[in-house]
Amino acid sequence: MERNGEMRAYVLGAIGVALLVWGSWWGLFWAPRESFMGDVQRIMYVHVPVAWNAMLALTFAFACALASLLRGGWKWDSRLEAAMEVGVALAVLLCILGSIWAKPTWGVWWDWDPRLTTTAIMVSAFAGILALRHFVDDPVKRATWSAVAAIVAFVDVPIVYFSVRWWNSLHQLQSSPETVSRAFHWPLRINAFGILFLMAGMIDLRARVAALRLEGELAPPLPESGREGVR
Amino acid sequence: MQLVAAVHKDLLLQWRGRAQAIAIFVFGATSLLLFSFAIGPNAEALRQHAAGFIWLALLLSSTLTLAESFQSEMEEHALEGLLLLPADARALYYGKALANWAQLTLLGVALVPLTVVLYDAPLPRAGGLLGIIMLGAAGLSGPGTLYAAMTSQTRAQQTLLPLLLFPLVVPVLLASVKATSLLILGDPMGQLRSWTILLVCFDAIHWSVCGLLFDRVVED
Repeated sequence: MERNGEMRAYVLGAIGVALLVWGSWWGLFWAPRESFMGDVQRIMYVHVPVAWNAMLALTFAFACALASLLRGGWKWDSRLEAAMEVGVALAVLLCILGSIWAKPTWGVWWDWDPRLTTTAIMVSAFAGILALRHFVDDPVKRATWSAVAAIVAFVDVPIVYFSVRWWNSLHQLQSSPETVSRAFHWPLRINAFGILFLMAGMIDLRARVAALRLEGELAPPLPESGREGVR
Repeated sequence: MQLVAAVHKDLLLQWRGRAQAIAIFVFGATSLLLFSFAIGPNAEALRQHAAGFIWLALLLSSTLTLAESFQSEMEEHALEGLLLLPADARALYYGKALANWAQLTLLGVALVPLTVVLYDAPLPRAGGLLGIIMLGAAGLSGPGTLYAAMTSQTRAQQTLLPLLLFPLVVPVLLASVKATSLLILGDPMGQLRSWTILLVCFDAIHWSVCGLLFDRVVED
């Protein structure tokens, strides 16, 4: 059972890597050259899927935080930790990829545009919660506090976005298969699913690591009788 | 009734610890002095940035006020004692948040004359500015009180409170700075209303969400 679960994470990761290689190959060598930006536009095939999946990971973290508070299972705490870590890593990658794309097209590495600024603020907010987890030794308090902080941070994201949008704006409309030409669809879709599978595998594996650490912390004695099994 | 008792207790605590409040004011004033060194002695630039400086000074000082507000509750398990009375956790949260809001509002008001003197900023309409300071201070104290309750029980609380609070209150900082700047430098496009609405929405959402979640933070 244990081995099967671990295997699932590796299989998901392997499917993700295979799709990423396929999609990136298509994007780099088969997809046509974009007429205005030239070859630099090809970074879209990773930048946009990373953006979607970073948001997805952090939304999943929010769902785990709600489940952890309302239902109280330890598995939700492990998943919350995993989803936040993977989400923050993807959001950092998103900022780096965005900067690499921004320099040749906008002429600057960074701009105080709503989406960029909101992503940077989200990174620091969720990184703060990860730091909080490291400084709380009691697993019960750690689970509750990080779930509370994740809910408050997630609720704040739309307000941050609107406040920064009123403050300044430059970013183009977000790219999706509907807003780009048909010739660019497939690499974008394949890479989006590639990163999705890779992310799912990483969250699964990271949640297992978190659960193993919890097992060590909780045994014995269990601090609460109401909490269900660790995994 | 419990809320009134909680507010009374927290205001009394702040009054008795007023030496600390004065020290925090001195910290805010020193920050205002230091910001001007980053810009240089350019009177026009200083006037332009006056609103930003006053809110940055208030934001930095707020972490001291918020952390201090839970320090006494942690001594000899005072908070646990209150919860065992049993006092309602929400009343304790709103009492603490209201007391922090009052202290931050006072601090903001006290920093205004200093800004006028140091940066030669024109004195804005007192009523409008007081309203923005009250709304901005509420935006800091609402989530700040919740986070202070958590971080006061952790190691590295001095690092964690600003780390958690600063990204969260970006909308408060933006809206308060813009609104104060419009009050100081003029508002020909009538933007003040939008920023005020943003502050009201932030305060309403965070005071409700944090009030709902506070009992989980202190009771677990």
